[in-house]
Amino acid sequence: MVAEAQVWKALEQIPDPEIPVVSLVELGVIRSIDVRNGHVRIEFTPTFLGCPALEVMKRAMEEKVAGLGAEPEVEVISDDSWSTDRITPAGREKLRAAGFAPPAPREASAPRLVQLQANVFRCPYCGSTETRLENIFGPTPCRSLRYCESCRQPFEQFKTI
Amino acid sequence: MNEQALLGLADDELVLGWRDSEWTGIAPLLEEDVAFSSIAQNEIGHARAVYELVVGPDGDADALAFDRKPEEYRCAPLVELHVLDWAHTIARRWLYEVADEIRITALKGDPDPAVAGLAAKIDREEAYHRMHAEMWHERLQDESRFRAAVDELWPYALGVLPAELRGELVERVGLAQVDAVDRGTHTDELAPLWEEMTMVRRSAPAGAQW
Repeated sequence: MVAEAQVWKALEQIPDPEIPVVSLVELGVIRSIDVRNGHVRIEFTPTFLGCPALEVMKRAMEEKVAGLGAEPEVEVISDDSWSTDRITPAGREKLRAAGFAPPAPREASAPRLVQLQANVFRCPYCGSTETRLENIFGPTPCRSLRYCESCRQPFEQFKTI
Repeated sequence: MNEQALLGLADDELVLGWRDSEWTGIAPLLEEDVAFSSIAQNEIGHARAVYELVVGPDGDADALAFDRKPEEYRCAPLVELHVLDWAHTIARRWLYEVADEIRITALKGDPDPAVAGLAAKIDREEAYHRMHAEMWHERLQDESRFRAAVDELWPYALGVLPAELRGELVERVGLAQVDAVDRGTHTDELAPLWEEMTMVRRSAPAGAQW
């Protein structure tokens, strides 16, 4: 019989398809796992609704669960329960080491332009906060582009959601 | 929230997503190429989530998105317009985002928790579209071409919202209330877009395989 801990362990092996340095568990997108009589129900919260990697993640989870000899069911929860605050401390550190500045904490109200233009975002390469916003948008919906004035390195900032 | 209003929201996001994606590869700045592509992707993602909510867990969101005739879509004429210059493109993005914020804020208070939850999720993502629109609005607001584009699109922008929410849009945008170009009617520009948008679906009814 499959145990819940085994399922978590298996899902820890699935890399994020677009930022493979972090796993789905570290990204915090798995809200719950319910194991009953060989049936595994996973509640999964997308990062961005338009994320093209959703289907890939869903299939990868189903394959992992099937590999444990259980029957998978992945439910996509499209509410506000995922936030970048759910990225684990280990996940944040892996992002930073890979050159992605981790997201700022979520606030009660949605972020505003003036906050993104403030000098509070730290360069993942040299640690300076002398960085400026280059583009709110980046190569995937979850990233913005910034530039470090100290080490003259462009870098990607994980958007706060 | 009634189904027609949800369809109006989903169809607006789908059609505007298509329109915004028309700048992919040809925007006047590389940054805007990235921005418009990303915004379009988000809007179409929102459309998909709302269609999925409307059809339920066993329904077919693609069928709802692509198997209707152009006249059956519930989108506002604002999003259908095939605008070819930057002033009109930014004027539409700005007007749409102001109107959409008013609509999404109202939906966050919907008695149906599934609707309110999805609206809250959409709102977090739209915050970045609003920043983009506000940034351009600030830059262009004193330019006569931009002002003319805003004036021209203003009756269409009013048509995005139901009558009871238009007062807030009037206040936010600072223009006089005029007759709206209402939802329920379509421009001639929707049909050619529909042809393109549904082409793969129509040419491979059993499902396209790549």
